[in-house]
Amino acid sequence: MSFLTLTDVSKSFGDLQAVAGINLSVEKGEFVSLLGPSGCGKTTTLQMIAGFVETTRGRITLDGRDITHMPPNKRGLGIVFQSYALFPHMSVEQNVSFGLEMRDIDKGERKARIRDALALVRLDAYAHRFPRELSGGQRQRVAIARAIVIAPPVLLLDEPMSNLDAKLREDMQFELRAIQRKIGTTTLMVTHDQSEALSISDRVVVMESGRITQVDTPYRAYERPENDFVSQFIGKANMLAGRIVAREGDTIRVDLGNDLAETGSMSQLPERGRAVGVGDAITLCIRPEKLKLCAQGSGRLPGRVTSRFFLGSQWLYRLDSRAGEILVCCQNEGKEPLAEGDQVGIDWHSDAIRFIQQEGARV
Amino acid sequence: MRKNGPLALTFHSFVILFVLAPLVIVILVAFTPDETLTLPTHGLSLRWFRAILDYPDFITAFFNSLKLAFASATLSLVVALPAGLAIGRARFPGRGFLNALLLSPLVIPGLVLGIALLRFFALIGVTGSFAWLILAHMIIITPFVMRLVLASVSGLDRSIEHAAASLGANAWTTFHRVTLPMIVPGITGGWLLAFINSFDELTMSIFVTSPQTVTLPVRMYMYATESIDPMMASVSALVIFITAGAMLLLDRVYGLNRILIGQH
Amino acid sequence: MSSTLPASQPDSQLAPRATVRAGWQAWLPLWLMSAPALLLFSALVLVPLAMTFALTFYRFDPMSGPIAAFDLHNYAEVLGSSYFHTIFLRTFGIAALTTLLCVVTGTPEAYILSRMRDPWRSLFLLVILAPLLVSVVVRAFGWSMLLNTNGLVNQLFGLFGAGPFKLEYTTFAIVIALVHVMLPFMVIPVWTALQRLDPQTENAALSLMASPFTTMRRIVLPQLMPGILSGSLMVFGLSASAFAIPGLLGGRRLKVAATAVYDQFLSSMNWPLGATIAVLLLIANLVVMLTYYRVLERRYARSMG
Repeated sequence: MSFLTLTDVSKSFGDLQAVAGINLSVEKGEFVSLLGPSGCGKTTTLQMIAGFVETTRGRITLDGRDITHMPPNKRGLGIVFQSYALFPHMSVEQNVSFGLEMRDIDKGERKARIRDALALVRLDAYAHRFPRELSGGQRQRVAIARAIVIAPPVLLLDEPMSNLDAKLREDMQFELRAIQRKIGTTTLMVTHDQSEALSISDRVVVMESGRITQVDTPYRAYERPENDFVSQFIGKANMLAGRIVAREGDTIRVDLGNDLAETGSMSQLPERGRAVGVGDAITLCIRPEKLKLCAQGSGRLPGRVTSRFFLGSQWLYRLDSRAGEILVCCQNEGKEPLAEGDQVGIDWHSDAIRFIQQEGARV
Repeated sequence: MRKNGPLALTFHSFVILFVLAPLVIVILVAFTPDETLTLPTHGLSLRWFRAILDYPDFITAFFNSLKLAFASATLSLVVALPAGLAIGRARFPGRGFLNALLLSPLVIPGLVLGIALLRFFALIGVTGSFAWLILAHMIIITPFVMRLVLASVSGLDRSIEHAAASLGANAWTTFHRVTLPMIVPGITGGWLLAFINSFDELTMSIFVTSPQTVTLPVRMYMYATESIDPMMASVSALVIFITAGAMLLLDRVYGLNRILIGQH
Repeated sequence: MSSTLPASQPDSQLAPRATVRAGWQAWLPLWLMSAPALLLFSALVLVPLAMTFALTFYRFDPMSGPIAAFDLHNYAEVLGSSYFHTIFLRTFGIAALTTLLCVVTGTPEAYILSRMRDPWRSLFLLVILAPLLVSVVVRAFGWSMLLNTNGLVNQLFGLFGAGPFKLEYTTFAIVIALVHVMLPFMVIPVWTALQRLDPQTENAALSLMASPFTTMRRIVLPQLMPGILSGSLMVFGLSASAFAIPGLLGGRRLKVAATAVYDQFLSSMNWPLGATIAVLLLIANLVVMLTYYRVLERRYARSMG
């Protein structure tokens, strides 16, 4: 039973259509991320749910109630703004207390709830500080405390990590997830950072140009991208263009040019894709960590290392091959890495391949 | 951001009306064909503008003000620019005091400065000197030049000068080919603002001018306390037009809103 | 044209620069650069002010002018006479009323402007601030035209069958014209405070179920307070020492401190007395400003910095 439902929600600003026909169901207690590049409409969608932007079309339902035209100060949602929007003239305690005061909660209960919220975000000792005396990470936690202390039906997070530096961002991601698990609030997060979305969401909603392209668990979105956009936005991918030359039942044979060919099964195509036939253009997609490097002469494709990057836990190699540039990621096993100029062989499991259909490609 | 409702916009309209009313009325009455202060409801006339020509006092006062403003703005720049550069870019003993001193005319009432200078000039026997009047005006307008020089200098990205140095430029070359062009808008804006303020200055000038060195605002004030006729309106209208011209120039060079509020 | 308070001025514009460590020779060029300005200002600000202060202790002889002396009878005269009491009361009363009206008009106006889109926003901001650059005589004259017995305001009343009211040479006229002149000085600091305000804080308050009115009262206004106070200080100080407007619109009978000083200096020639009035005005102004400033500092230093 969906807790928060968006039905055919759209938003146009004059001629510009920012959001076009969003349909989304979020279950109670779920952590869902709206993921996409800037301008994809994710923030606008969040603002429509919050009530700061009017929908042009469509309906938003919360726990059975239609809130599409409800003013923002009646919806009672918990929001963490990108800039945190802490009240600078109020202390941490007063900030967190504000939402409770608006609900006429009596003093005793207020104090107790504030204490619990601040303990949850580990800011108990900072209750009397002012925002300008806090670091970025601390301000973010105040913003979170302020949003959850009111026990909202839904928690909305607008790019909550974008103002934090890299290390802090990682730590906060885990902490945010832990908090959400603990209080069980339905949460919707907007982000452009795909690794963040993948690591802490129950489901990921990939958006592009105002539309939803794919809704899946992080694992499936990564392993079974529906199209070009998703496969390249989430993680890195090697994309090889090809054409279907034969089809027998469940098996297809794809010609990739340059004397390369692959055989795959229908299960490696997007689940919700169109029907395919012989002659269709199709793209082979394989993730860098699924490629193996072996000695020169073996493997399916010879290649030459053009540059290498050390990523701590992994080595990323760029290779030149007759199929173009190939990216390969190897675990750092403490062994001697390859050097630039080395000739190697690239190999992969047929199961590791995915096929992506071109948008609108029809013969 | 929510839009302004009808109540807000009504309030706003009244405020704008309030702000524009005296200026608009002055301009309108300046064109009246009648003998008394009325609105030109039946035709416009330039008679009161031409009447100014019969009052050499006003014309002399006008040119006095013009010369005065030009001289004091320029000399102020000559004096304030090096001081502003020093204050804005380096730490040295006395810097805080100097800064406060050069900006002090902004907090000292024109009245107090006026009588202080009147007394001073009388004691050293230079009452009525145009040169000393220029100096007096310089005091009043230096803060405006200083503030803009300081703002320009503090807004300078030091690394641009470092880049020039790393490419081989010496201190003087860096200054006149890199730094100066970047602060020229601020300097020019400061000059224009100083000019306008000198041209408008009344309170201090009333004490410090003598019959030979009367400035336009002082002449207008004297005239207005004695008789009120449309010629006062036409002179005022001219002042408004000149100021508007200077403001347009200021906007071109630096940005009017920027000067009035700082970064817009 | 004035700026914000002196104490808040210097540091906001002076970014820290590398300290020049080498001894006084390194500072010599800087002192040389500042020398002309220092000389000018010492000679024409510090010395005259000191002289004026000294002047307040002089005696006045109608025949020969000020006589060097050191007695306090000028102060006694000003502080003791009911004539001067009235003048000072009127001066500060007008200043206080003007300040109040500027706050009540300027703050909402600045807020309304901040919610407009360009080009209206820049345009109206310009309309409100540009009069600062037009001479005060012109503006005062404009008001005297509007407010005199045959002026537009009375004609407007006439349309509704009211009046005509005698508006010229009244305290009302002085206050109205002062508000007109001082409004930009209120709008500027409030506008600056508005620019620093994160608009998301209003949305945050709404999302926490505050009504728009509560949001205004508890979220927006407190953040604007430093700007409002700063503007009030400036308006009060400038209004208390205003000359042209009370001079033109107050007539001969409604004297304020500034016009009283003018009378002493240029009519009665009693310079010592004039100087005393001016010095007392300055001191009173400084006291008010410092008190307000202390309040500002204490209440907002911690939260607003």
